[in-house]
Amino acid sequence: MELLELREVYKTYHLGEMDLPVLKGITLSIAKGELVALMGASGSGKSTLMNILGCLDHPTSGEYWLDGQEISGASANERAGLRNRLIGFVFQSFNLLARTTALDNVCMPLAYGAQYVHDREMKQRAAELLRKVGLDDRMDHQPSQLSGGEQQRVAIARSLINGPRLLLADEPTGNLDSHTSEEILQMLRRLNQLEGLTIILVTHDPQVAHHAGRIIRIRDGLIEGEAEAKNEEKQP
Amino acid sequence: MRALRRNTLRAALTTLGIIIGVAAVIAMMEIGNGSSLQIQHTIATLGANNLMVFPGNAFAGGISQGNGSIMTLTPVDADAILRECPSVAAAAPVVRARTQVVYGNRNWVPNTISGTTEAFLEVRDWADMAQGDSFTDADVRNSGKVCMIGQTIVRQLFPDESPIGKEIRLQNVAFKVIGVLRPKGANMMGQDQDDIVLAPWTTIKYRVTGSSATTQNQSAASASTTTTVLPSQVYPSTSVALYPVPSTVQTTDTPQPIRFANVDQIVVAAKSAGQIPTAIDEITALMRERHHLRPGTPDDFTIRDMTEMTKTVSSTTLLMTKLLLIVATISLVVGGVGIMNIMLVSVTERTREIGLRMAVGAQPSDILRQFLTEAVVLCLIGGAVGIGLGRTCSWLVRVTLKWPTAVSMGAIVSAVVVSATVGVVFGYYPAWKASRLDPIDALRYE
Repeated sequence: MELLELREVYKTYHLGEMDLPVLKGITLSIAKGELVALMGASGSGKSTLMNILGCLDHPTSGEYWLDGQEISGASANERAGLRNRLIGFVFQSFNLLARTTALDNVCMPLAYGAQYVHDREMKQRAAELLRKVGLDDRMDHQPSQLSGGEQQRVAIARSLINGPRLLLADEPTGNLDSHTSEEILQMLRRLNQLEGLTIILVTHDPQVAHHAGRIIRIRDGLIEGEAEAKNEEKQP
Repeated sequence: MRALRRNTLRAALTTLGIIIGVAAVIAMMEIGNGSSLQIQHTIATLGANNLMVFPGNAFAGGISQGNGSIMTLTPVDADAILRECPSVAAAAPVVRARTQVVYGNRNWVPNTISGTTEAFLEVRDWADMAQGDSFTDADVRNSGKVCMIGQTIVRQLFPDESPIGKEIRLQNVAFKVIGVLRPKGANMMGQDQDDIVLAPWTTIKYRVTGSSATTQNQSAASASTTTTVLPSQVYPSTSVALYPVPSTVQTTDTPQPIRFANVDQIVVAAKSAGQIPTAIDEITALMRERHHLRPGTPDDFTIRDMTEMTKTVSSTTLLMTKLLLIVATISLVVGGVGIMNIMLVSVTERTREIGLRMAVGAQPSDILRQFLTEAVVLCLIGGAVGIGLGRTCSWLVRVTLKWPTAVSMGAIVSAVVVSATVGVVFGYYPAWKASRLDPIDALRYE
C-alpha cells in the first residue's frame, strides 16, 4: 500500500529574471512501513525534495499524493495542518525549545492541533513517549541538561506525539558521535519494525543509509538510482 | 507565557518604560484630582451657588457713572426675590461700610463691614455660629445696635477674653457683640473672610455715617429718576398712630430730609449650583418687572455669579492636568517603542523556534497570536507594576509635601486599557513579522 507518491514533480525557483530549476521531474513512491534513505550530495536537490515531501514547500508542477490525498495545490495553512497531523520531523540540530522541560517540549505540537487536548492527557501522552525512547528519568530536564543523544531522543518523542504517518529525519545523526548515532539509528529501526512507522532518512552518509531497507539516490534534481540495502544497485 | 519567564530580566527591563509611563499617569491624575477636589470644596465653602445683584450704572446724559451710582436695589427687592423665584434658597440685602472699629485701647479697620439681615448667614452657609447668636428681623426693624464679628476681629480686639456681651464702637456708635462667626479662612481672591462685622442694615445705613463702599452719588437729583422707598414703608409700624397722618399738601409744604432705603447689593443663594442659570433668569425677569423696565431698555442692575471665577480657577488646574497628561503619554509612547524594539529582537532571536513551530503545524495566525499575546501580557504586567508605583508616589507626595491627592479610579482603569493598547499597537509589527517567516528559511537560520 502506497503511503506517498510523487509524479513528475518539478520545482523551479524564480530569482528575479532567472529561473533556477532544482527538481526536474521526480517520480517515486514509498509504501507504508518502509524505512527509506534519501541520499545525495549538497546541491543535488535533496533538501528541496525533503521540503516537498514534508509539506514545507509545494511543487511547481506535478502531483504529490500523501495518504490518498493529492496535496500539491494545498495552501500554506492547509499544509500546516497536514504537517501537524501526518508528518513528524527530526532535525540535525535537534531544535528543542531552550529553557523548557523535555516533557513540555514533547507536548508542544499539540498546541497547534485542531482538537483541544486536556493538560493532563497531554502530559500523559508525552510521558509515555519519553518512556518509549528511554528517557524515563529525564522528563523534567531542560535541553541544556541533556546530552546530544538524549536531546535527539526528545526530538523523536516530540515528532511522534500527534501519531504521524510519516517521519522525516534530516541528518538525525549529523551532530552525534558514532556510538550515539548507532543508538539513535537502532531506535529508528525499532520504531519502523515494531510500530510500522514509515521513515524517510535524509543523509549524505552511506553508513547511515545502510540502516535503511531502501536507498534512493538523487543527483542534479533527478533520481539517479535506487538500491535495496545489501543488494546490488539497480539502474533506473 | 513561559517564553517571558524564560528571560525575566529582559522582560523586566523592557517593561520599564511602560512602568514609568503608567506610574507617571497615575501619580499625576491623583495629584490633579486631589487638588481639583480641594478647590471645589473651597469654592463650596465660599458659596459656589451664590449670586450677587448689584445696582446698575447711572447714565447722566449718556455717560455711564459706573456700577452702583444709581440706587436701584431695595430690601423689598430681596424679599421679592426670595418669594417669587423658585430656584432661590435665600436672599439678603447688603449695605457696605468701611470704618474703624474700636474696643478699649484696640482698634482695627475690618476688610468688610456689612449691614444685612439674618438671611445673610443662610446665603453664605454661615448659620452655625462659633459663639452666641445672630441678630433677628426685630433688630433690623428697630435698627438695633447689635453685631456679629468674625474670628479675625476676635483675634485683633479680644485676644484674651470672650467678645460676647462686650461693646465695640463703629464711628462712635456702640454695638453690642452678640455672636461670633465660625472660621472660614481666605476666599479665592486671597481676602480674609473672617475679617468681618455683620450688623442690621438699618443700623449701618442710618446710624453709622461712614461712607458706603459703593455709592458716592447720593444727590437728590440722581435719585429723582428712581423710586425711593422709605423705611416706614418697608417695615410698617405695628403700633397705633399717635399723630394724625399729614395730608399730601402738608407733606409737600414741609419737606423732610429724605432717607434712602437703598442697598448696595443683594446676595442670593440658589438652591444648587446647577440651578444658577435658572435663578439668574428668574431674578432678571423679576427685577425688570419691579423696576418697570420696558423691553429693550438695558437692565438697571447686574447679576454676578461665582461660576466664572470657579471656571477660571478650574480651567487653570485643568490645563495643568492636561499638560501633565501629555507628558505622561509621551513617556508611554516611548515605553511602547521600547517594547517594539525588544519584541523585534526577540523575534529575530527566536527565528529557529518559529520555524520549528511552523514545521510542526503552527499557522501564521498562531505565530502572530503568540507574539502579540506576549507583548500584551508584558505591557499589562508593566501597567500593574506602574499602578502600584504611581499610587506609592502619590501617597509619598501626600505624606511629605502635604499636597492633597485623591484616588482616581478612572485613571487606574484607563492605565490598564492604555497598557494593553500599547502592547497591541507596538507589539503588532514584530508579531506580524514573525508570522511572515518562511519555515524553511527560518529552520536554516543561524
